[in-house]
Amino acid sequence: MKKIQVIGLVLFIFGLIGFSLIPFIGTYQLEREMVEDKVKEEHQDDMLRILRPMYGETYSSNFSFVSDFNHYFDAFNDELKSNEDWDQVIWDDYAFDLTKAASQGAVSDNPYLFLGISIGLGVMGGLLYILPLYRNEPEGIKNDGIYFSSMKSRGLLGIITGTWLIVFYVILYWFPEYLTNLVLMVDPLSIFLSGNPASQWFLYGLIYTLAILVMGIRMFRKYRGNTYQTIRTASVMFFQLAFAFLIPEILVLLNKPWHDFKNIWPLDYSFFYDYRMEGMLSSGALGMFMLVWGIILIIVCVPLFTYFYGKRWYCSWVCGCGGLAETLGDPYRQLSDKSLKAWSVERYMVHGVLVFAVAMTLVTIVNYFMEFGLLGQATDQLHSVYGFAIGSAFAGVIGTGFYPFMGNRVWCRFGCPLAAYLGIVQRFKSRFRITTNGGQCISCGNCSTYCEMGIDVRWYAQRGQNIVRASCVGCGVCSAVCPRGVLKLENGSEEGRINENPIIIGNKSITVKS
Amino acid sequence: MNDKKKKIIIIGNGIAGITCARNIRKKDENSEILVISGETEFFFSRTALMYIYMGHMQFEHTKPYEDWFWEKNNIQLLQAWVELVDFNNKTLLLDSGKKVGYDVLVLATGSVPNKFDWPGQSLNGVQGLYSKQDLDIMEENTVGISHAVIVGGGLIGIEMAEMLASRDISVTFLVREKNFWDNVLPVEEAQLVNKHILEHHIDLRLETELKEIYGDDSGKVDSVLTNKGEKIECQFVGLAVGVSPNVKFLKNSDLEIGRGILVDGFFRTNIQDVYAIGDCAEFREKPGDDRKNIEQVWYTGRMHGETLAHNLTSDNAVPYRPGIWFNSAKFFDIEYQTYGLVPNERKEGIDSFYWESESGKNCLRLVFEKESEKILGVNSFGWRLRHEFFDQAIQEGWSLEKVLQNLHKADFNAEFFDKFYKKVLEKYASVSGKKIEIPKRSFFHRLIGSRA
Repeated sequence: MKKIQVIGLVLFIFGLIGFSLIPFIGTYQLEREMVEDKVKEEHQDDMLRILRPMYGETYSSNFSFVSDFNHYFDAFNDELKSNEDWDQVIWDDYAFDLTKAASQGAVSDNPYLFLGISIGLGVMGGLLYILPLYRNEPEGIKNDGIYFSSMKSRGLLGIITGTWLIVFYVILYWFPEYLTNLVLMVDPLSIFLSGNPASQWFLYGLIYTLAILVMGIRMFRKYRGNTYQTIRTASVMFFQLAFAFLIPEILVLLNKPWHDFKNIWPLDYSFFYDYRMEGMLSSGALGMFMLVWGIILIIVCVPLFTYFYGKRWYCSWVCGCGGLAETLGDPYRQLSDKSLKAWSVERYMVHGVLVFAVAMTLVTIVNYFMEFGLLGQATDQLHSVYGFAIGSAFAGVIGTGFYPFMGNRVWCRFGCPLAAYLGIVQRFKSRFRITTNGGQCISCGNCSTYCEMGIDVRWYAQRGQNIVRASCVGCGVCSAVCPRGVLKLENGSEEGRINENPIIIGNKSITVKS
Repeated sequence: MNDKKKKIIIIGNGIAGITCARNIRKKDENSEILVISGETEFFFSRTALMYIYMGHMQFEHTKPYEDWFWEKNNIQLLQAWVELVDFNNKTLLLDSGKKVGYDVLVLATGSVPNKFDWPGQSLNGVQGLYSKQDLDIMEENTVGISHAVIVGGGLIGIEMAEMLASRDISVTFLVREKNFWDNVLPVEEAQLVNKHILEHHIDLRLETELKEIYGDDSGKVDSVLTNKGEKIECQFVGLAVGVSPNVKFLKNSDLEIGRGILVDGFFRTNIQDVYAIGDCAEFREKPGDDRKNIEQVWYTGRMHGETLAHNLTSDNAVPYRPGIWFNSAKFFDIEYQTYGLVPNERKEGIDSFYWESESGKNCLRLVFEKESEKILGVNSFGWRLRHEFFDQAIQEGWSLEKVLQNLHKADFNAEFFDKFYKKVLEKYASVSGKKIEIPKRSFFHRLIGSRA
């Protein structure tokens, strides 16, 4: 390893440590004015009263602050609940906003400094490590030593990384009040972009985007010479930066709803939720465009583009989840399970989630038109179950946290309802396939090993059969790693696309159907 | 024939033996099939051994079928070495001392690396690479070493060089020929590979042979002497000077053996109910004009297995009749494919058209009959070609011009890669004065990424 890479690695680790420690520094002091500022009109009286014991008190850590806050807040709610005064219970979560407001000290005073020594160092260190990679080496597959790497083959480093990611996601989704310092340090950037202070989601969006950009540059280095990989990676970097990060923030600046124009229902499961619909319907022509464009994506673009290009047009060229998987997740792609059993589990799960998402959305829409007369409670219940189990736990905690354990496409493979929808189109009505080149396969297994979706590509290749699978996201890596030029992703005529009984070219004695 | 329950034993679980077993089972549900191998319990891809050493894969990944596959298909596996075959009593003696009887015996025992009685060839740290055991030994032999010498400019030699280089072990590569593998490759292709080998910092020594191997007091190799009188210090010597049929345990029996087990076109040996396929078989008569008596590549092993399985399960036995020759390999980062006949030297009545890219990492050679310009074969480096296309073109004897006209259809490189066929046509126009136009694709066809 070159010196500069070692420096990069050290800087990155310092950045990571900084990021992990920043939440725990500083003091917290709640004032009456903060509660008046952050709490909704209807809860103000109650909240001002409940939190009175905390005013002016200095807490030395967010643990003690949040603990006291929860103590007073829960005591209030618990009493109402035990009296079954359900209407008066405060369901809103004020912990994050009030903790953020109460945070004092170094971070809020010097947000740029802390941004620099955490995320800044991480990005810089990452780039210093990545840019010199494979310099002065000929173009070609760079998979040497992957299975000797602790990070990439479920060794200690991989376990630590996975655990860190899981913990981060759990805190982000369910205990964001502990991340307030990190959010404070990105406040200036958020205000610059959208005019609003940052939420935990802005922080998350920022590091997500930076991860895709920095690790996207790693992809350029690693797959140098492979134009397909280069263009595809540039595409996911662009869509993440522009469509998922910048445009939504600029919309907010213009007083429009936050909207990601490339996110498609049912991955964007809340698209038909009443607050989203109202947001769009009350935002004039642009809002109407959001609604119509969203529906066009679902009923026109998905079938049409998938017919011409396969689901790759979305999954490995546009999608944000796919974007992270293809960049940050690339070092872990070989860890997906290729067994027949895993395939069977995959089909039940991913289509199960699709059914759940569709059913939930139907109930939501029916309810919307019935003005919540009939199924109001049921809808809310469904939304919260889906949001918790699928939207947060599956897509986030498992989806990314399990990269170092089960590969980079756990969510896309087992959970994403949009992938299921795209997959059904790809399997039954598409011009896309991975063509197998006659009899050239030597069954080496590189293709299967490096398939992030756990497709046993070799099974098809060695019997001379084209690969037509619902789950294939068209990343093109099977083709890239094949040492014998056997695999080619292509769009072609539907005729002969699925060859169930292929005959391997080369033997004229007999025709063996595999 | 299928209803009779026979006991078929296959010795060897490589591609030939396993293909045979699978294809017998497809057509014959009743016979007992037992595959015996001392090397590994389960079938794995021998060609992938290098990737285990390089850390691209683990041994698990080289198994083309999951472990439950064999029981499900009622193919019995036994890990044992066969010590002796008693052809008269139709029994095998295993290394455990156990005896197993058979009705039909298929010998698919593969090869062993050649050794040419060099002084010092049995020192520790000197080895060939063929089997899983060889790989395990190579793993042990190369721990903590800094320099290695590879002997033999063929496919296994360059693989071993690549393997060692992946672990930052420097390599001196002794090649007897003028250029790498030039007993197979024409000189331009061979030199293209030479350059690429050097690019990977391999110390390539052409026209250099091994004379002697020296060891230290502990019996471990410490240097080699070349025929040019140079002594090269090293801690590992890879012998990659070809392989020979693995038939040692069959010698001194009634089985007729030449270099390999002698078989006819139906893979029948001189003994009733005993067959041989794959690397270990030697055809009494070549299976085709441009074919060899011993075929030692993956694809021929597979075809032998398929054909014998057909013959063992059908009343209409057919002789082995391979189609258009094809092969492929990868030299470090450069892939190689070949179809049909491509002689390494100029031959009477045969001519060729050669194109090489500016980077020197891609080339194409089209070989044709001088008189009729009928296509005979093709070599390509750094350029994937469609097998189906050239299988048809060569079989039907397309003219050179027709091949060039349709060359874009043969392109199997990934999308967005350089369209080399355009460069090829430019070169052809400048050499022959004949301009060949490819029909332009419409904007719509380009947009949907559809091939011609």
